[in-house]
Amino acid sequence: MKNKRSLFAVPYVGWMALFVVAPIVMVVIYAFTAAGGGLTLENFSRMGSYAVVFTRSFHLALIATAICLLIGYPVAYMISREGPGLQRVAMMLIMLPMWMNFLLRTYSWMSILENTGLLNRFFSAIGLFKLLNTVFGTDLEYFAMINTKGAVVLGMVYNYLPFMILPIYSVIAKMDGSLLEAARDLGANSFGVFRKVILPLSLPGVLSGVTMVFVPSVSTFAISKLLGGSNELLLGDLIEQQFLGTAYNPYLGSAIALVMMVIVVVCMALMNRFGEGEEQAVML
Amino acid sequence: MKRGGIFLNRVFMALVFLFLYAPIFVLIVFSFNNSQSRTVWNGFTLHWYVELLQDRQIMNALSTTLLVSLLATLIATAAGTLAAIGFFNMKKRWRTPLMTVNNIPMTNADIVTGVSLCLLFVAFFGEWEVFARWCNSVQGLFRLPVRLHMGFGTLLIAHITFNIPYVILNVMPKLRQMDKNLIDAAQDLGCTWMQAFWKVVLPEIKPGIVSGALIAFTMSVDDFIISYFTAGSGTSTLAMVVYGMTKLRISPKINAISSLLFITVLTLLIIVNVREARQEKQIAQRRL
Amino acid sequence: MKKTFAVLLALTMALTLCLTSCGGGGERIVNVCGWGENIDPELISQFEQETGIKVNYQTAESNETMYALIKQGGTDYDVIVPSDYMIGQMIEEGLLAELNYDNIPNFELIDSQYKNLSYDPENKYTVPYTWGTLGIIYNPTITGGEIDSWCALFDAKYAGQVGMIGNPRDAIGAALLYLGYSVNTTSEAEIREAYQLIADAKASGVYQGFFMDQLYDKMEAGETAVCTYYAGDFLSMHENNPDLRFVVPKEGSNWFVDAMCVLASAEHKEEAEAWINFICKTDSCLANMDFIWYASPNAEALEQYPAYYEEVNGEPMDPALYAVMAAPADVLANCEAYVNLPAETLALYTDLWVELGIG
Repeated sequence: MKNKRSLFAVPYVGWMALFVVAPIVMVVIYAFTAAGGGLTLENFSRMGSYAVVFTRSFHLALIATAICLLIGYPVAYMISREGPGLQRVAMMLIMLPMWMNFLLRTYSWMSILENTGLLNRFFSAIGLFKLLNTVFGTDLEYFAMINTKGAVVLGMVYNYLPFMILPIYSVIAKMDGSLLEAARDLGANSFGVFRKVILPLSLPGVLSGVTMVFVPSVSTFAISKLLGGSNELLLGDLIEQQFLGTAYNPYLGSAIALVMMVIVVVCMALMNRFGEGEEQAVML
Repeated sequence: MKRGGIFLNRVFMALVFLFLYAPIFVLIVFSFNNSQSRTVWNGFTLHWYVELLQDRQIMNALSTTLLVSLLATLIATAAGTLAAIGFFNMKKRWRTPLMTVNNIPMTNADIVTGVSLCLLFVAFFGEWEVFARWCNSVQGLFRLPVRLHMGFGTLLIAHITFNIPYVILNVMPKLRQMDKNLIDAAQDLGCTWMQAFWKVVLPEIKPGIVSGALIAFTMSVDDFIISYFTAGSGTSTLAMVVYGMTKLRISPKINAISSLLFITVLTLLIIVNVREARQEKQIAQRRL
Repeated sequence: MKKTFAVLLALTMALTLCLTSCGGGGERIVNVCGWGENIDPELISQFEQETGIKVNYQTAESNETMYALIKQGGTDYDVIVPSDYMIGQMIEEGLLAELNYDNIPNFELIDSQYKNLSYDPENKYTVPYTWGTLGIIYNPTITGGEIDSWCALFDAKYAGQVGMIGNPRDAIGAALLYLGYSVNTTSEAEIREAYQLIADAKASGVYQGFFMDQLYDKMEAGETAVCTYYAGDFLSMHENNPDLRFVVPKEGSNWFVDAMCVLASAEHKEEAEAWINFICKTDSCLANMDFIWYASPNAEALEQYPAYYEEVNGEPMDPALYAVMAAPADVLANCEAYVNLPAETLALYTDLWVELGIG
C-alpha cells in the first residue's frame, strides 16, 4: 500500500526527466561538440584562458556570501528573539523587496551610486567634499563608487541577502525552546548557549543560505553589467556573451557553463559533508 | 547592559532594513518626478501613472507576468504537493537520488537552467519539424504545425520547472511532522484513502503548501534570467521589459508600475497579517 | 534514439505550445526586430489600422545580439533591421530572403545613393531604413574644451569620464581610425595594435565602462562626459541636454546604413513586405525622422525634413543639427562604410573583445 502512494511522484519524475535532466544532457552534448559538428575537446582546451574570469567570479561571490552571512545571521537571530507579531512583520519586510523586480532595484542602486548620483549629491550638499578637500588638500568632487568591483559586490549582497536570512531564521525559529532552557539551567551563559546549542543547530540553515547566495552570485550577469559597467567579465557575462551576446558560440558557452556547474556542485557537496542532513535545503 | 544590547540590536536591524528599502524608496519617489531624470527632483506629477495605462508594451508584459506566474504557481503547487507525497512514501533508496535531481534547479545557476532549457527547446523544435513534415506527408487527416518557436508555452514550462522544487521543499517537512497514525485512524473510522487525504492529510500540510505556493509565485515574478532565455522573441515579462529599458533610459513609467505592484502586495500582506493576528487573539481569548 | 526522444517530448509540449503559439492562426501579423528607440510608435498603430496586420516590435541590443538570437533559432522574426556589415555576413550565410520588390513600390523613393551598396551589390535583399555617421559626443561643460579627434577616447586627460562603446566593431574601429588604418583592415597586426590602444586606455582608467544604449541616460545626466555613438542618437540626447556636442573626428569615421531585411525563415513574408513598403513612404519617413533623429534614405523626406520640423515644432531647425543628422558630402567623403570581414578577422575581433573583458 505504501508503494502505491509513491506513484503520485511518477508524473513529476517524468517531468524532471524531460525538463531537468534532459536540458543538462543537452549542455553536456553541446560542450563536447565542435562548432562545425563532431565530437571534440577543443571547447575545454580554451578554458585555461578564462581562468581569470573563474577566479574573479568565485572571489567576488565568496566575498558577497561572507558579507551576507555576517549581516544575515545576526538579523535572523535577532528577529527570532522578538515577539511573534514583530517576527511576522519582520519576515514580511524581508520578503517584500523581491516583489519589486531585482533589475529595477539594481538600477536604483545605479542612481544612488553614480558620480552624479544621489549619494554623491548628498555628500556635496552637506559639504563633505569641501571639508575633506580642505583637510587633506585633495581635489575630490565625488566618490567613485559606480562601475567598481565594490559596487558589484554591493549589488550581490543587496539582491541575495533575503536568501540568507530566510533559511537561517526558519531554522532558529523552529528550535526547541526547552533545549535552550536546559542549557541555561546547566549553567551556560548566553554566549555559551549560543555557541554550544544555537550555532550548531542552525548550521543546516546557514548551509542552505550560503548555497542560495553563492550560486546566483557566481553566475550573475545583469548586476555586473549595470553596476560594474561591463569592465570586468564575470562568468555569467561570459556565458551570456556566448549565447546571446557579441561572441556567439553556444558550444563554448555550454562548456563554460558545464565547468562552472561542476565546480559549484563539488563545492556544495564538500560543504554539505560538514553539515549532514538528508534534505538540507530549508526554506520558510 | 542588557537594555543597551537590545537597543544596539534594534539599531542594527533598522540599518539593514534601511539598506533593503533605500533603493525601493528612491524608485517610488522618482515615479512621481516631473522629469525623466533619475537623480534630480523636478516637482510632483502623476503624469507617469497616466502614461502607464496607455503603454501597450508594459501592460502586455504585466499581464504576461501575472498570467505565467499564476499558472505556473497553480500547476507547480498541485504537482509539487503530489510529488512530495509520492517521494515521502518512497523507500529511501529511491527517494535520495530523486530528491537530489529535484534540487538541481535550485542549486543550479539560473543562467545554466535558462540556457539548457533553451538548448532543449531549440533541439526539440528541430526534431519536431522533421517529425511534422513526415506526419503531414503520410496522412491528410490533420496538419501539424511545422514551425514551432519559443513563446508563452516554453516560458510556462520553464517557470513550472523551477517552481516545483520550492513547493516540494516546503511540503516535505510538514509531511514528516504529521502524525502517521492520523491516516490510519481515519481509515479505521471508515474513510477511503481519498477521503483521508482530503480531510486529514491536506489540512495538516496546508501551511507548507501555502508557503510553497507563495515562494513559487514570488520567484516567478522576480525571475528574469530564465525567462530571458526561454520566452523567445514574441513574449516579454515585466522583468524583460525592464532589462530592455535598462539598456536605454529607463522610463519612470516602469517605476510607476512597480510602485503600484509593490503597494498592492504590501496592502494584501498587511490585510492578511492583521486578520491572522486578530484570529489568533480570538483563539487565545476563547482559551482563557 | 533521437526520434523517440522527440516523440516523448512532443506528447507533453505540443499541447501547451499549440494552445499559445499557434493560437491566433487567422490573424495577420508581422514580427519586427529593430533597435531600441528606433521607430516612432505612432507608425506601428497607423500601420495596424491601415492594413489590419498586427505588429510585434522587438528590440535587440546590438547587431551581434540580433545575429545570435537568429542563429540560435527559436525566434520568429520576419523583418530585421541590421547594419551594413552584418547584412553582408547574413547574406553570405543564407539567412536572408530575396525580396519581391513588386510588393514594395515605395522602394522607388529611396535615393539611388543608398542602393546597390557593397553589402548587397545587386540589391536583392535589402531596403535601407536609416543612415548616419559614427562620431564623438561630448559635454564641453565637463571636458572644459572642444574635441575633434579620436584621441579623446584614449587620452588619460579624460580618465574616468569616457563611456566606451560596447560592441567590438565600433570600439576597435574607432581605435583603427585614430591610428590611421582602415576600419576594414584585415591585417592582424593593425587590429592588435588598435586593441592594445583600447586595453591600455582601459588599464589606465580612462573608461567608466563599456556601454551601448545606456549612454543616453549617462550622457544626458552629465554622468559621462565623452562617448562615441551614432549621430541620430546624439540628436535624441541633445533634446534633453542641449550642452552636448557631436563631432565627426578629423581622422575620419564610419558611415553606416541600417537596412530592413526579411529572414529566409520568415513565416509572414507578404506582411513583412507590406511593412517595409509602409515604412518607405515619405510621410512615414518624416514622422520617423522626427522621432528617432536618424536620417532617412528617402530623398524626398530628407529634403522636406527641415520644413516638416518647422511645421511640427513651430520653430526652424538649427542648420548645424541638420548637418549632424544628414552629414554633408564633404564629411561623408572622409568616412568609410564597414564591409563584412572574412571569418578569421571576425574571430579575431571576438577573441580580442573577450580578452578585453578578461582584462
